[in-house]
Order: sequence, then C-alpha cells, then structure tokens
Amino acid sequence: MRVSLTVNGRPAAADDVWEGESLLYVLRERLGLPGAKNACEQGECGSCTVYLDGTPVCACLVAAGQAEGREVVTVEGLASGDDLDEVQRAFVEAGAVQCGFCTPGLVVQAHALIAAADGVPGDAEIREALAGNLCRCTGYEKILDAVRLAAARAVAPSPGSSA
Amino acid sequence: MDFLRPRTWDEALAFKAERPDATPIQGGTDVMVEINLDKGRPAALLDLTAVPGLDDWTREGGEVRLGAGLTYARLIAELGAELPGLAQASRTVGSPQIRNRGTVAGNLGAASPAGDSHPPLLASGAVVEAASVRGTRTIPIDAFYTGVKRNALAPDELIRAVRVPVAAGPQYFSKIGTRNAMVIAVCSFAVALHPGERRAGTGIGSAAPTPRRAAEAEELLAGGLDWEGRGPLDPGLARRFGELVAGAASPIDDVRGRADYRLHALAVMARRTLGWAWNDYTGRAAA
Repeated sequence: MRVSLTVNGRPAAADDVWEGESLLYVLRERLGLPGAKNACEQGECGSCTVYLDGTPVCACLVAAGQAEGREVVTVEGLASGDDLDEVQRAFVEAGAVQCGFCTPGLVVQAHALIAAADGVPGDAEIREALAGNLCRCTGYEKILDAVRLAAARAVAPSPGSSA
Repeated sequence: MDFLRPRTWDEALAFKAERPDATPIQGGTDVMVEINLDKGRPAALLDLTAVPGLDDWTREGGEVRLGAGLTYARLIAELGAELPGLAQASRTVGSPQIRNRGTVAGNLGAASPAGDSHPPLLASGAVVEAASVRGTRTIPIDAFYTGVKRNALAPDELIRAVRVPVAAGPQYFSKIGTRNAMVIAVCSFAVALHPGERRAGTGIGSAAPTPRRAAEAEELLAGGLDWEGRGPLDPGLARRFGELVAGAASPIDDVRGRADYRLHALAVMARRTLGWAWNDYTGRAAA
C-alpha cells in the first residue's frame, strides 16, 4: 500500500508498504531518515521516539498506515540547517552522548518535555519524562545535566543563543 | 495482511462484521509488538484512529464514559478527580510515549491478566460498551474477562466505550514491579470505597488467569468497617482483608515472580491500600 504523510514539514510518500510495517521502518528504510533508531521493537527503549501530530511516541508501535495524512517530526527535523536545536546543543556541551544510539530518542523526548514544561522542570519531572528511554552507556547523569541546561536556556535564553 | 481504515464508527462496525478476523488497532502498544516480534500475524488490521470522536470522554450522570480511543495520558491529565483509582493505575502504564498512545479499551481488548487498568475497573464496577452492526450491549466488567487474554466480545464486536462510575469515596491502586516505569505488573491490586452503599470494591491483577474481584474480602469490609462512626481501622480486620484478597487469587510461578511471592505481596498491598483509603475516608493523617 502507499502511505502519504508529512515528515519534518515536507510531504513524503512511501510505496509498497507492507500492511504490518511500522512507521519506524518507513522512516528509516523507505524515506532515508535513519535518525530514529531501531532497537527493541516493543516500545521498551524509546530509541525510536518521534513526534506524531506533536506528541512523542515510539515509532515502532505506530502502524505505517496509521500515519497516513499525519505529521511526523523526527530528530532530523529539530535542527534548522546547520544550527542545532537547543536540546541537541546541550547534549553536546554536557557530554551526554557516548555510543549515541539512544541519543535521538532522548533528544526528541527531552525536546517534548521542555516544550510542554511550565518553567524549568524539576529532577523528578525529568526522570519521569525520560523513564521510557534507555541508555546503556552513560548512567544518565550527563543526560540529566543536558536536559537541565537546555531547560534553563529555554526559560532564559543566554546571549548569543539561537533559541 | 489487509489494512482497513474506516472513517466513521458505522464503517468500522461494517468492516468488523465483514472481517471478524481483523484485529482492531488503536495505540498499537500491544498489537504492534506482536507483529514486530512475529508472535502472531493478524489477517487484517482494523485501524480505528481515523474514526472521529473515539478519543474523547464525556460525563454522563454519575458515570464517566471513556471513548475507546482515549489515551492514558489524557485520562491522567483530565480525570484524576473523577476516577482516581484508574488514573493512578494509568500513571504506572509503560512510559510517557506508551501512555501517549495506549488506551483502556486496548487493555480490555488484549485482556492480559496483567493489564494495569483492570483492577480499578473491577473495584469501581465499570461496564464495557460493546458494539456491532447488530446493536450495542453493555457487559459488566466482572463478566468481561473470560480467560487468559480472552474476553466476552463476540467476533463481530468492537469496544466503543467504557463507562466508569465517578468515585464516591477514596480509591487506591498498588502494583509490584522491578522499577517505577516500563513494568508489567508482578501483581497489582485496587480498592474503592463506596461509602454511600456501605461497601468496598476490589480488583486483583496478574495473580490469576483473569483479573478478578475478591468477593469474600469485599463482604468482610461491607460488614466490618465502621462506616457510620468512622473509627480507626481495626488492624485485625485489615490483616484478615489481606488474607482474603490473597485467598481469592490463584497465581502461577512465571518469569516475573513466584506464586507464593504474589500471594504475600497481594496481602500486603490489600492491607496498605485499605489503610490509605480508610485514612482518607475518616480524615486521618496517613499512619
């Protein structure tokens, strides 16, 4: 079947999509967007987190056909050109990346947390928001640092910041 | 495999009548796992996400009617006061991403004994609205679960909504797992006080082939609690309540836990949740 959707602000379509295929497979294998990662395929790890109509979801659990006519934003859609998104910059600056496999999912989920937060989220709120994103390298401390940094900048943009 | 995408509820019912072998899919948090891991391949997927109006809830008299597409995320954000037990259970489902997609109706469709929404639905006395081209009927929640991952729906029926009485008293949910997120319950328990009727409801999860009530434990509370005087909870009564809840379960040993651990944990959760609920009812600070 054919699936047409909007991805990162642009219309996209995939042909010969198998009816049981996931949105994640369509993004990675048919639309050339390998940012969202394929790991557990059961919603346990959060590596495939993308926005679907503005809400972060596990792309592996969305049937491709369910994305018909809807708007998807992947980690590739967060930066504007060469300018990284504030969350991405914070991950770089805080050293929140080791092997990098979990990073795209964490960046999208953290982006959603900060966008929805009223002020700077507390640690409990950050931990709760990221509970569905597994990282096997970092021990999470640098990731928490990065989210705190990005959240603080979102509330009070620093001089020279693009946000 | 076919992918069926109705645009109206009537069309959805017509599809299901024509293709009773189609698996309904809403949030996909169970159905897609089965497909991705090749545990089972449905003959067809019946995608309900394009049917307007399913994802909402309405207040109807003393009940809240949860549309089949209402996500856990919205239930938590919007119904914590009306349905505290179900909202508590919803907060323990998966992760934020899962709660953004998963639904109570999906939990009912899957009918896993470990589903988090079942115990509070049992304790509240919810009813399931099942619809087909033949019409709509309501199924009391304690008649809905018929076996491990089996429910009372006919092959041509879809869940349209779940009707849950608005809480008339304190409600609590408790769940055992290895961490605070992404946990399939080792076992779980819900209690709801219905002070106007001088009785309490219960629900046991993940400790029997189906979610179930603990009838004798409910009778103990109806007759034994000091509903009028609102006196302190008798520790002996609370202990006996725990024993009767454990006695109503029939757990197995499996990868998540042993049967004897589940029985022990159920008795503890029953006693604790009753204590919390009774403290709320009598206006006491938590012990």
